[in-house]
Amino acid sequence: MELHALTIHAARAALQSGDLTSVTLTESLLNRIYAVDNQIRAYLSVTPEVALEQAEEADRRRAAGDTSPLLGIPFALKDVICTEGLTTTCGSRILHNYIPPYDATAYRRLREAGAILLGKTNMDEFAMGSSTENSAFFTTRNPWDLERVPGGSSGGSAAAVAADEAIFGIGTDTGGSIRQPAALVGIVGLRPTYGRVSRFGLVAYGSSLDQIGPLTKDVTDAALVLGALAGHDPLDSTSLPTPVPNYETALRSDIRGLRVAVPKEYFVEGMEPGVERAVRDAIQVLAGLGAEVGEVSLPHTEYALPTYYIIAPAEASANLARYDGVRYGHSAANPSDIWDLFRTTRDEGFGAEVKRRIMLGTYALSAGYYDAYYRKAQQTRTLIKRDFDQVFTHYDVVVCPTSPSVAFPIGARVDNPLQMYLADIFTLSLNLAGLCGMSIPCGFSEGLPVGLQFMGPPLGEPALLRAAYAYEQATPWHTMKASLPLDVTSSELNETDEAEIG
Amino acid sequence: MDYEIVIGLECHVQLLTQSKMFCGCATDYDGAPPNTRVCPVCLGLPGALPVINRKAVEYTVITGLALHCQIAEFAKFDRKNYHYPDLAKGYQISQYDLPLTRQGWLDVEVEGQTKRVGITRVHLEEDTAKNTHLGETSLVDYNRAGVPLMEIVTEPDLRSPEEARVFASNLRRILRWIGVSTGDMEAGALRVDANISVRPQGQAKFGTKTEIKNMNSFRAVKLALEYEAQRQIDVLEHGGRIVQETRGWVEGEGRTVSQRSKEFAHDYRYFPEPDLPPLVLSSTEVERLRAQLPELPEARAERLMARYGLSQYDAGVLTGSRAVADYYEAAVAAHGNGKAVANWVSGEMFRLLRGATLEIEAVPVSPQALAELLRLVDDGTIGISVAKTVLEEMFATGQRAGEIVRAKGLTQISDQDQLRQVAADIIAANPKAVADYRGGKPTAVKFLVGQVMRATRGQANPTVASEILEQLLNESNGRQPS
Repeated sequence: MELHALTIHAARAALQSGDLTSVTLTESLLNRIYAVDNQIRAYLSVTPEVALEQAEEADRRRAAGDTSPLLGIPFALKDVICTEGLTTTCGSRILHNYIPPYDATAYRRLREAGAILLGKTNMDEFAMGSSTENSAFFTTRNPWDLERVPGGSSGGSAAAVAADEAIFGIGTDTGGSIRQPAALVGIVGLRPTYGRVSRFGLVAYGSSLDQIGPLTKDVTDAALVLGALAGHDPLDSTSLPTPVPNYETALRSDIRGLRVAVPKEYFVEGMEPGVERAVRDAIQVLAGLGAEVGEVSLPHTEYALPTYYIIAPAEASANLARYDGVRYGHSAANPSDIWDLFRTTRDEGFGAEVKRRIMLGTYALSAGYYDAYYRKAQQTRTLIKRDFDQVFTHYDVVVCPTSPSVAFPIGARVDNPLQMYLADIFTLSLNLAGLCGMSIPCGFSEGLPVGLQFMGPPLGEPALLRAAYAYEQATPWHTMKASLPLDVTSSELNETDEAEIG
Repeated sequence: MDYEIVIGLECHVQLLTQSKMFCGCATDYDGAPPNTRVCPVCLGLPGALPVINRKAVEYTVITGLALHCQIAEFAKFDRKNYHYPDLAKGYQISQYDLPLTRQGWLDVEVEGQTKRVGITRVHLEEDTAKNTHLGETSLVDYNRAGVPLMEIVTEPDLRSPEEARVFASNLRRILRWIGVSTGDMEAGALRVDANISVRPQGQAKFGTKTEIKNMNSFRAVKLALEYEAQRQIDVLEHGGRIVQETRGWVEGEGRTVSQRSKEFAHDYRYFPEPDLPPLVLSSTEVERLRAQLPELPEARAERLMARYGLSQYDAGVLTGSRAVADYYEAAVAAHGNGKAVANWVSGEMFRLLRGATLEIEAVPVSPQALAELLRLVDDGTIGISVAKTVLEEMFATGQRAGEIVRAKGLTQISDQDQLRQVAADIIAANPKAVADYRGGKPTAVKFLVGQVMRATRGQANPTVASEILEQLLNESNGRQPS
């Protein structure tokens, strides 16, 4: 197997045995990026000097006896997480030149665990979107079909992992932005419980919904990365003080007696039949492994989308107010006065979707509308959370599709925001309820990956990992990789369309 | 027509914490180079998150307790949204519907009448940066951004500019007393804004109010509100209407001017700050803070009056600050006579402090040293006028009273024989005064006592000198002393 195709745990074994150095591994990943990223366009910036310097340091650390869990493993970081001295754009023109003076806690933790930064990945502007088409710079391609989106907003990190341009990726999930792209490119994406991973240094979109998490090639890797990311941070007052368990111990293939809930509201008219088939088959697999599967109802599911599109934009309207051209980032040239500076900077700096959400949020918070929109949405949010509380008194995990469709063609939804918003219809509720969840590959429909979603109660990551690991061990999906046109050099294939596997 | 003035105040108070409201930056920005007390949090950089300053919460609760407020069991922070270059995040973290404390009161006394002024709320927020405008350019200094700021809002209970001035002054005394703020108005540590309206006497409905800002001293509060009340009355008398607006006090011109601009017509779109968990204050915690609360100025003044027989005026002066009251009580403890000590502290000591522009905290004469001086007066070693000179010397050099008296030979002369000789000389040298005395003006003896004091450089015991003089004058007159 090519070095760039390794999982974390495989690479770690090779590094630990002395068969591989981090420098060699990192060079392999950088070469892979140079070979395929002009097709995939996963990265906004690649930082080879930083990567090689960190790799050399990792090799020295290992020589000195360091056995940190991610030591020497190269990864891709979504460009919404601050890195000291390295451009952090959030996929936005307004921050195209922004270089943070500090590291996000999540990045610092990954570095302490020994991980190697390859570069910063593309995303929908300020994490608002489901396809990376809202990036101010370019659209990332789905490795399974370059004419299709990789999902979003963490589409860059997801595509980088799927195309072996990183051993693992880091994304953020405000309404599904880790799980949905993971599903669409056929990898594992885990969104931790709200508060499990520090948000300090994560550029805020929806502060009460945002959470950082891993995008990996398999469930074991997800557990390893989560272990490095998770933990209390005194710099984030919403981070949870609860001690971090050893997530690797949850990786057991025996799920006999695990109580699995199937919510009927997540199998709706309009979802693609191939997706439903793959998910139904997956549930049969779980039952076959000894899980106790039962159907449940989450009656307020239909309100999740409108609730999300009040609360997230409301928070965003305040979070994005600081981009005014005064201190950093894009600043309008020759403004007539301060108000003109604000207006023109923001008009030039923000894309259409960001402006749309700022306006939605501003409206929802305005005098005379607050009660009808923001307050009502908060009340509905409580009801949605209660639905889940109810289910989790009887079940360990909920299982359902991650996305109602497979990856859609680039451009197919850009003119229809509502159609785009529906891409996250199965993932939004979890964020509103503050739960944890993950998406893992569960087959293909029309040659494109389908994701299976597990949702767990707050701090229920071990149950998620257990269910996902057992399913993964019983199925072949996680071993399947897209063949890229540029792989011809290495795989000797002449066909240009090698996307269909499965 | 007679008008009634209605005033409510909004006071912003910088708290005396070491670090800022939501980050670890120092608050000692006074005199610091611009933008040297900043970090990602108070600069509002992307990704930075606030962490609540515990001390600032405690100070706010203590202030609430001192103002007889109810302390919330459950409080939260909210975002107040507006754009301005001095506001790094585009919103200010403040408290909207669930402040830390609410519903208290503070008494003010004006012209002998005590009035209870309602406190609507005391809440916590963050200060903004400071803008400096240089012609075409504006500069922003974020050193002040994020300094803990307490907002104290009163009910519209004040009925005159003088009441407003006294309220502000009393409030400052309390803030300094409990040690939560310097209360320095010129440095901006205490900023008093007022809402003011007028209405015809007897009318129940409030008139349209204006908000007055930029009053940088207690005197400015009074002058600005007097001006504004009269301005409003003039407008109404001429058939005009009051426009609800913000007006700034222009100290140099002695008037308020409209600061109204449409950019300031705000809908702040408050909503709960999602980056901060709600504050839950246990009753144990509140009681712990209540126990730390010092005896407050009004209560202390009452006690001083009851215990030492002080007048209300003296008790007020001696509770002007906690340090003065502490000094006074320490001196009384060392000396014993509350009234005598009160006279010396509020008289001579205050005069010397004013002359040296010192606060009592920096006084070079300890309460024990003052007590020693007074004991020298009590036992007749020195007289009052010498004692005043000795106090000046103590103030200037830090020496003890006994040392000064010994070194300068200032011991009072009460010796009969010694004084008799001096008195005889004075009588001989002042025939006119002697004649006046004998001609039926007994007060002329006071002049002669003064001459004796002068001749003895103040060391003569004036009572003894007076007795001897009268004795000598009457003896040589052939009459018995009356």
